[in-house]
Amino acid sequence: MFNLERWQEIFETIRKNKLRTFLTGLSVASGIFILVILLAIGQGMQNGISSEFENDAANRIQVWANVTSEEYKGLNPGRRIQLDNQDYDLAEGKNIDKLEYKSGVFSNWGVLTSYKGETGSYRVEGVRGDYQFLENETLVAGRYINQRDLDGYEKVTVLGNRVYQDLFKGKNAIGEYISITGIKFKIVGIYTDPGGEREETRMFIPLTTAQRVFNAGDKLRSLVFTLKPEDKFEDALAASEAFSTQLENDLKTRHTVAPTDERAINVNNSLENAKRFYDLMAMIRYFFWGVGICTIIAGVVGVSNIMLIIVKERTKEIGIRKAIGAQPLSIIGMILHESVFVTAIAGFIGLISGLVLIEFVGPLIETDFISNPSVNFGVAITTVIILVVAGAIAGFFPAYRASIIKPIVALRDE
Amino acid sequence: MIEIKDLHKSYHMGSNSLHVLKGIDFSVSEGEMVSIMGSSGSGKSTLLNILGILDEADEGSYHLDGTEIKNLNERVAAKYRNQFLGFIFQSFNLINYKSALDNVAMPLYYQGEKRNVRTEKAMHYLEKVGLANWAGHLPNELSGGQKQRVAIARALASDPKVLLADEPTGALDTRTSYEVMELIQGINDDGKTILVVTHEEDIAHMTKRIVNLKDGIILDDSVVKQVRAKEAKAKALTHV
Repeated sequence: MFNLERWQEIFETIRKNKLRTFLTGLSVASGIFILVILLAIGQGMQNGISSEFENDAANRIQVWANVTSEEYKGLNPGRRIQLDNQDYDLAEGKNIDKLEYKSGVFSNWGVLTSYKGETGSYRVEGVRGDYQFLENETLVAGRYINQRDLDGYEKVTVLGNRVYQDLFKGKNAIGEYISITGIKFKIVGIYTDPGGEREETRMFIPLTTAQRVFNAGDKLRSLVFTLKPEDKFEDALAASEAFSTQLENDLKTRHTVAPTDERAINVNNSLENAKRFYDLMAMIRYFFWGVGICTIIAGVVGVSNIMLIIVKERTKEIGIRKAIGAQPLSIIGMILHESVFVTAIAGFIGLISGLVLIEFVGPLIETDFISNPSVNFGVAITTVIILVVAGAIAGFFPAYRASIIKPIVALRDE
Repeated sequence: MIEIKDLHKSYHMGSNSLHVLKGIDFSVSEGEMVSIMGSSGSGKSTLLNILGILDEADEGSYHLDGTEIKNLNERVAAKYRNQFLGFIFQSFNLINYKSALDNVAMPLYYQGEKRNVRTEKAMHYLEKVGLANWAGHLPNELSGGQKQRVAIARALASDPKVLLADEPTGALDTRTSYEVMELIQGINDDGKTILVVTHEEDIAHMTKRIVNLKDGIILDDSVVKQVRAKEAKAKALTHV
């Protein structure tokens, strides 16, 4: 391997047989290149889809009420169910040790809001302090709603980043007063949400204040919870399913809804969605790996074919070399050394050109479902090594056969 | 130099068996120049292949420079070929992607010589065959006679005990043939043992001894008066 004379011989052979070298290299380089692109797009899709699901807490359980669809205990279908504070207290009281974050929500859409001549129409939600975590929000400035705000029916609000940009255009907003349905609210914080603009065109006020301002009594639009985290995904999923089933049953009993009614009470469990999402991710991953492995196999077959042809083409040369005193081992060594060298170099060329392409073209193909396409470098290197080893093994057998045939037979080969 | 006793060789092709050599007794001493003659199918090429350790006999013994050549594995065979023998083929058998100089240097590579030593020696032998100016050319840029001279230089490069030539002039015209034979005679004059397989009478008479082979046995083995290729060439030219 470190024999300088051998290297000189190999370089000379490569220099004099450019087409052969090029073809061998091409099959390896293109194989690796395609694999890199595939893995990168697979990773990009994974990243993209993950980010689509980052809007809210992953284990969020949300409850809405709707109209009944079935007759039950003499009550007609089509009756509207209204959630209220007692529902919230019921759910909280029963599961206080299981819940991590919890909030009732009373929201109103299209609420006219103005600040010194700038006006806009936004969604206003009355929430508890935990809601920040249920929505996966990060504060840019100030603070969130707290228990004192709730207890004191304080007129304070937390603006979405988009609302802040619209009304304040970058000026200081904390401590300023904003008019919501004609009532002055003090701005105490600004938040940002990974869900993007849609999630940031909202304002939060204390739930108690909202129920008063919007004249809602103790009505709630929805209940939102997360459970305390478990170590294992399966445990978390089981706990969360148990909780949502139990909650649904409790609420149905309280509101006299048929147990089989699927419209009146909706319990949306993000973790169940998350499970589907993880399954989807796994499928995408398996798919790209499947395609990738097929690509490698195709590459190996390509390299093997070329090695066979190379050895066949060189049979006469091998005969000549043997007639003038080449050892069988040196024949095998010569062929393998050349093939390993060429496949390794070509493999790295394919790898690097794939990475360069991803680097420059990657940002151009960013969409909602593909973001930051990238490749695990270790995986790519492993693939190159697999191809090189496969090429060597594929080359070894014909090389070995060529090395043991009698020179007289090899010489006759035309 | 070469000692052969009761050599047999058969080829098997499916169910048919072809007995090519049927008991050859033959010896060559150092400095001789012997031609082996015979029509096609007489077994002369087979004999040469066995002598060249390119093929193996079924029966009989073969000593080359005192070493018994028997049941050799490829490794040892390759070593002996490199050490004892130089080959000249009818179809030259040069490696076509290597320059004349590199072709000549190749046996030295397999002897483990360093690159500068190889180049120096190879250049020396190319000069000897009169092709020093063609050192950098590829075989397909050379004429048939030039290719054969490169092959001769290559055969000489490893300084072998015996030079084996299989129809060295088979692919050449008369004039070039004589030029090549002139070169081979010169090498013999320097004391190298040479075996030439040929079916051409005039070429055979340029050696010092003719062995006639027919149907796998030696018909006759006689010492002849050597015709110098230089004179033959001059004569041939005046005829034209």
